[in-house]
Amino acid sequence: MTEVSEFHATRVPPRRPGNLEGVARVIVDVLPKAEILDPQGQAVARAMGRLGVGGVADVRQGKHFELEVDDTVGDAELEHIAGTLLANPVIEEWVVRRVQ
Amino acid sequence: MSRIGVITFPGTLDDVDAARAVRYAGAEAVSLWHDDADLRGVDAVVVPGGFSYGDYLRAGAIAARSPVMGPVVEAGRAGMPVLGICNGFQILCEAGLLPGALVRNHGLRFVCREVGLRVEADTAWTSAFTVGQQITVPLKSGEGRYVADDATLDALEAEGRVVFRYTEPAPNGALRDIAGISSADGRVVGLMPHPEHAIDALTGPGTDGLGLFTSVLSRITAPPPPMAARA
Repeated sequence: MTEVSEFHATRVPPRRPGNLEGVARVIVDVLPKAEILDPQGQAVARAMGRLGVGGVADVRQGKHFELEVDDTVGDAELEHIAGTLLANPVIEEWVVRRVQ
Repeated sequence: MSRIGVITFPGTLDDVDAARAVRYAGAEAVSLWHDDADLRGVDAVVVPGGFSYGDYLRAGAIAARSPVMGPVVEAGRAGMPVLGICNGFQILCEAGLLPGALVRNHGLRFVCREVGLRVEADTAWTSAFTVGQQITVPLKSGEGRYVADDATLDALEAEGRVVFRYTEPAPNGALRDIAGISSADGRVVGLMPHPEHAIDALTGPGTDGLGLFTSVLSRITAPPPPMAARA
């Protein structure tokens, strides 16, 4: 939790002014499952070698979502959003984190 | 005359060709709109190709949750023939009407050329062919690699639900060279290649694709009566 919060503190825009009490920030990270071939990640890994960094064994390319949700959205709803829309369970895995 | 609906989403490219194929087969093509949860009384539905909603998120993911897809999923589960072509196949998988998913081609290149397909199952959309027949239709997709877990692939093969297989090693890396599959009742079919582009020798590689659209005409029936009305 800590490292995620610190990471996003540097790049998530500040909340809009106004009454946003009860609004929480949620991160959903989606990655292709390990057993699914990820040719995009492989292409990125090969490019790293061209930067002169040879120690990167593997790259998996995924998606990062930042949601602002009000207090009517519970963990069950977040899991539903992530598992039915943001990620496709056939090919992807996902993690939901509340950061604020 | 049979009425076959063709859906248009924002970003759909091949609805005009799909409607033309429906008319060549001798049916009436009925335009369906993504934002309208109404199938307008059609007997079957074609979900055509393109890049619906820009394919944001994943190919077909947002289209699968559009208003028109609610009745399509409901009708498809009740036995209405539904054909998903290319992006339409991706949409049917995302909507849960067909198992598995379509992901980026293994070579990362958009593949646009004619391919050979072997027809491997007798379904509502392939009854005009004989099982084992080879046909030639165009393939044009960047995310056409069919994937599913081994148990799903084994079940599809065991149940005769692999409808089309590439006659060469799949140009997109599709598992088991699968180009198209069907629902358990053989009435919902999805495939990556484009039969609607192969219905006239003037504009395509031949007329092999027309068979899908003529097949369904003999398989259109009224939906089965509710359970209570049988017996």
